[in-house]
Amino acid sequence: MSSIGQENNFSVEMHDIVLRFPGVLANDHVNFTLRRGEIHALLGENGAGKSTLMNVLSGLYRPESGTIKINGKTTIFNSPKDAIASGIGMVHQHFMLVPTLTVTENILLGLDEPKFIMNLPKYNSKIGELQEKYGLKVDPTAKIWQLSVGEQQRVEILKMLYRGVDILILDEPTAVLAPQEIDDLMETMSALVAQGKSIIFISHKLNEVQQVADRLTVLRKGKVTAEGIPVEGLTRTQLAELMVGREVIFRIEKDLKETGEVVLEVSNLSAENSRGLPAVKNVSFTIREGEILGIAGVAGNGQSELVEAITGLRPCTGSICINGQELANQSPRAGMKCGMAHIPEDRTGVGTAPNISITGNAIMKNYRQDPISNGWRINYPAADEHASGLKDLYDIQAPSVNTQARKLSGGNLQKLILAREISCDPKLIVAMQPTRGLDVGAIESVQKLLLEQRSNGAAILLLSEELEELFELSDRIAVIYEGELVGQLDADQADLNTVGMMMTGSLRSDE
Amino acid sequence: MKLPFRIQLTRRTEEIPKWMPLATSVGAVVAAFIISGIVLWSIGGDPIRVFGFFFRASFGSWGAFSDIIVKATPLILIGLGCSLAFRMNMINIGAEGQFYMGAFFASLVVLVPLVPMDSPRVLVLSLMGVMGILGGAVYGFIPGFLKAKFNVNEVITTLMLNYVAVFWNNYWIFGKYSDAGFQMTPTFEKVAWLPRLADLAKQYPVFSGITLHLGVVFGLVAAVVLWLILKYSRWGYEINLIGDNPKAAEYAGINIARNMILVMMVSGALAGLAGMSEITGVVHRLQERISTNYGFSGVIVAWLAKLNPFVVILVSILFGALIVAGREIQPSGLSFMIQGTILFLVISSDVLLRYRISIVKRQEEIA
Repeated sequence: MSSIGQENNFSVEMHDIVLRFPGVLANDHVNFTLRRGEIHALLGENGAGKSTLMNVLSGLYRPESGTIKINGKTTIFNSPKDAIASGIGMVHQHFMLVPTLTVTENILLGLDEPKFIMNLPKYNSKIGELQEKYGLKVDPTAKIWQLSVGEQQRVEILKMLYRGVDILILDEPTAVLAPQEIDDLMETMSALVAQGKSIIFISHKLNEVQQVADRLTVLRKGKVTAEGIPVEGLTRTQLAELMVGREVIFRIEKDLKETGEVVLEVSNLSAENSRGLPAVKNVSFTIREGEILGIAGVAGNGQSELVEAITGLRPCTGSICINGQELANQSPRAGMKCGMAHIPEDRTGVGTAPNISITGNAIMKNYRQDPISNGWRINYPAADEHASGLKDLYDIQAPSVNTQARKLSGGNLQKLILAREISCDPKLIVAMQPTRGLDVGAIESVQKLLLEQRSNGAAILLLSEELEELFELSDRIAVIYEGELVGQLDADQADLNTVGMMMTGSLRSDE
Repeated sequence: MKLPFRIQLTRRTEEIPKWMPLATSVGAVVAAFIISGIVLWSIGGDPIRVFGFFFRASFGSWGAFSDIIVKATPLILIGLGCSLAFRMNMINIGAEGQFYMGAFFASLVVLVPLVPMDSPRVLVLSLMGVMGILGGAVYGFIPGFLKAKFNVNEVITTLMLNYVAVFWNNYWIFGKYSDAGFQMTPTFEKVAWLPRLADLAKQYPVFSGITLHLGVVFGLVAAVVLWLILKYSRWGYEINLIGDNPKAAEYAGINIARNMILVMMVSGALAGLAGMSEITGVVHRLQERISTNYGFSGVIVAWLAKLNPFVVILVSILFGALIVAGREIQPSGLSFMIQGTILFLVISSDVLLRYRISIVKRQEEIA
């Protein structure tokens, strides 16, 4: 460390950072400071410019103007390597690990260190010491594919620590974790700052910020709306207002409504996962008009396979009926004809085509119908009109309908998917993780849209890992554990505890 | 030892201007000629004179220019077929075989014969066109079907089927339909010749010796049709969607397997039509080596044209010119060198579209 750094209290000082993307000012004269040994939360809606700012700090982007000081010394990063050399490391939301290599091998990847001979036991024990110091438990000899998501995240953190990083940037680290894993991560973070590391914690989740962060900075539309204010004493409502710029209602008003006819009837449904192992086992349930059935469960318990079987993307056995029509093992098209809308879990990998325009993505489900289709031809003016109608109605932020989908932020992409699916006037909506990774503002609008559809008489199958969301939206809650439905409860009679125990397999309602 | 500066690639965050892709491609072609010139100079040649000769040999007279278009015709059709398949990420490198099959099927009309050889010319040629398209389509169907049903890698199947087609062709021209033991069939009756400009030489003496034949019209029409399909049709939308994200296409209810087969068939049909056009317009019989690697050059044409139907025409003409000039120049490998350099540079020039390149001085090492 340089001698100036000793007197300086700040590990990072970013001053007046400006960075422009086509049509957007992603960072508009942003200031950001990180004190040594603190957890500093960086909040903001999707597309507010948080990731951009952190990409500047980790050397991926160069700002148009502005200065960065690390430990009091002005620096310019030309690549992530420079950033790591000055002690800054970022743990990305999507892990960058090689699944077939061991933990130690992954940590050593890209280093000059083992010059020629790979003395794995030596490095295993070196990494073991590091784990001891920070309480990051994971077997160094395990292969990455054998690890849970939480363990993989620890490997990413270890990777940075091994490189001698003092400033850790965690980009939405909790988005992929189960509740228990989140608690572990919070402990790890506390241990790290206790050892003198500084952490920048990017998050959407207000309760987590309140739990661990010391100070926070809020970005809105590229500008700083709160700079380094202490977290203590702030209420959740105040935090939400800082992020969204208006008041956010946390309780959702749900009208009581008589449910109608059975829309979806699933009986004895079984399906295999991509490795050929049983993933959905003998599942049966029904959903009526105007009813939301929430399915709770820890990720990887057969939810994806269940949704894919219902939407025609995965072969299955058993029966899936919509309004009396059998749909098991039919094409996705057959489901669409029966009025099924699908909000997929993976909005970039399945829900949209990245290099195609907003218009092209908006007509994915109705390009075969009037007025978009005109015989063999697509009526592109009509399609553009349809798309800009959706863009205005659902407030999708983009320069124009010709913008490619990959340029949209997560929230806007999700709004586009919802807009497309709802505009087909569905009788059944299958929604998987519709609010994952979205900011409070976007979550609110997605949830409202789903409830609106419920009022219009649509049947909704909602799969989510957010228990709170399930409890607020659902009329009934079912729990999936290892591919089986282990219980179905009325939402007003269910309590978090019971559902939580069912999710971990320690309780079944039929026992 | 480190250089005092380094070349840095920064991902472009801004929208690239519309003229830029064209500018980089043209720039790459120019750079290819410069590099080839340096190579020529280094072995003692005079690049200016060589390229001057090159240019005269290809664009210097109407006859030469017509030869270029004749060479470009199969490239246009094959390039279009490949572009279509590549748009859907189907790597069809079997155009060579589809070309041979198209030629073979079309020849059957004359060789069997399927219609009496005193039928009207329009009938004979139309039937040959249909047979050529059919031959190519059938030959495209095989890898398309294998890919769609059993997920067999189409790169391998199309590549291997090329050899099968060549030997299949050889069997018939050496055996059954051989002309007095030579590896070729007898010359077709005149009713099976595509009209050429030279046919009009009696009325218009300027056309005498001009070999340009009707096949080029097939190419131009095919380009327009393909452009209309890709830009305006539902099928074109589906192809682009599948090409960009097959999972999203499946989710949108598009039958991917059917489209794989269909696209391979159309791609093959265009190559088959190229085969028909070549034997009826140029060779006038079925024989060995009717293709001088058109099937593979077509793949390169499609890539260089960035899968745009109209650019395929331009690139095919450039390649036609290189082929024609290559006949006139020694060593003849020179035109292959230029072709290779162009391909290499145009494909690498894509980097310029995605990254901004700057030269930065090395920072002092950061503490």
